[in-house]
Amino acid sequence: MQTKKTGGSHSSRRVAKRVEELSPSGIRRFFDLVIGREDVISLGVGEPDFPVPWKIREEMIYSLEKGYTSYTSNIGLPELREGIAEYYRRFSFNASPDTILITTGASEAIDLAIRAIIDPGDSVLIPEPCYVSYKPLVYICHGEVISIATNPSFKLTREMIEKHVDEKTKALILNYPTNPTGVSYTKKELEEIADSVIEHDLVVISDEIYAELTYDFKHISIAGLNGMEDKCVVINGFSKAFSMTGLRVGYLIAPEDIFNAALKIHQYCMLCAPITSQIGAIEALKCLEEVEKLKAEYLRRRNYVVKRLSEFLEIRKPEGTFYAFPNVSSAGMSSEEFAEGLLFKKNVAVVPGNAFGECGEGYVRLAFAVKFEKLKEALDRMEEFVNAKG
Amino acid sequence: MEKFEIELLKLLEENARMSCEELAEALGVDIETVKESIKKMEENGVILKYKTIVNWEKLQEDNVYAIINVKVSLSREKGYDDIARRIAKFPEVHALRLVSGEADFQVVVKGKSLKEVAFFVAEKISTIPEVRDTVTHFVLRTYKEEGVTLFADEEDRRLAFVP
Repeated sequence: MQTKKTGGSHSSRRVAKRVEELSPSGIRRFFDLVIGREDVISLGVGEPDFPVPWKIREEMIYSLEKGYTSYTSNIGLPELREGIAEYYRRFSFNASPDTILITTGASEAIDLAIRAIIDPGDSVLIPEPCYVSYKPLVYICHGEVISIATNPSFKLTREMIEKHVDEKTKALILNYPTNPTGVSYTKKELEEIADSVIEHDLVVISDEIYAELTYDFKHISIAGLNGMEDKCVVINGFSKAFSMTGLRVGYLIAPEDIFNAALKIHQYCMLCAPITSQIGAIEALKCLEEVEKLKAEYLRRRNYVVKRLSEFLEIRKPEGTFYAFPNVSSAGMSSEEFAEGLLFKKNVAVVPGNAFGECGEGYVRLAFAVKFEKLKEALDRMEEFVNAKG
Repeated sequence: MEKFEIELLKLLEENARMSCEELAEALGVDIETVKESIKKMEENGVILKYKTIVNWEKLQEDNVYAIINVKVSLSREKGYDDIARRIAKFPEVHALRLVSGEADFQVVVKGKSLKEVAFFVAEKISTIPEVRDTVTHFVLRTYKEEGVTLFADEEDRRLAFVP
């Protein structure tokens, strides 16, 4: 006789309540809409269109041939940590290799930083619009998210921090250059934020994954400012500058106490970042000339996108990243209506701004991580769409 | 030379068919500046020529290329430059370089058939009084030309949406 199956059902009883209540990423729905459509130009991809430089790939292939397939130490390969310490000087921050933890992508580093810092009830300041993972990760730690709407300038200011900070506030998650707005900060602007951070004794989780793609001034790490090294957890990785997205290798740079806490979590949940990717990352740091080439191409696209968009939408010039974040409300549509209409009528995919927080409503994010000709075609289609008001 | 002109040359080197308008947009300068600058660089010989890189491998009517290593003897009257000028003027000569190593010149010859190239070398290059010796290497297949790989490119495997 057959027994009743008990294993296959999706009973919500079994899923932790906190996770059950977590809403899935807003981008997910659009992902389903685009499946099966032909001739779609996707400006929804937050990932470089350049291949990983061949030298990096070649080095990883060679390492596999030689049999480098073991675990590394929890903290990562010494040569990579030393390389990163040296590399970070270009962002005016002299970090010691001992403060650098190699992680499985910057995503893990963000998770570790939040888990290392947040106790239930602690609050975290998150300027919005922001990358999609910060709020859910704080939530999972039973932390309280304090959203700071930064529109229309999209720049966090000292005043905004002062307005939202309270005695439960423990950290500020700052991402610059910012996904999705492309905003970045000059040294002077960072100093103002730093003053407020010091005054309220906060920790800054500084996600600098797009640092290399800063166009109009030099990227400065906030951790390199006076008195800030002990207040900052710097997050970075190899996905955006070296296109190593699927290889999953990132790092965090943190003061001793937070470093040790993050390391504890990392050694239990991840053990170490993939060795092949770490070896690739060591080589990547020797390929900085290739990054300059990519940056020049992104800059060229940035200039083109801003010029074209400004002819039919309101657009703030992004100082970094490969994103533009135009205001589409003049087309008389919400973010989602715009993104959906543009996909259905013109086969161009963009991400609705509200996926990055409520105050992103009225905007869409387009990534200029596509070949120039495609970008041009996509903007032509977008212009037709806007001029026809849908 | 201004900084944007270097960038301009890099763009044209990648794609000589970019219009002045596109170049201006990409560089963030106005179109007149681009036009003037290109004109100037064409006149002073910084920009030599606009060419198309053709993948002849794809066509039936293949051209034959050969790399000829040429050794020469020099004299007071005839130096490298004099000999090179004489060789370079043949239309069959596709490229000519003075190189280090065993040979003196590397000559790339383009012809319609093996025979044509072989006879050209025998009749026109070898017979130059200063040429002591030639070694001909026929090209069987080209994998990369002018920095462009001629085999299938890698496809874009990225997902349509990435946050």
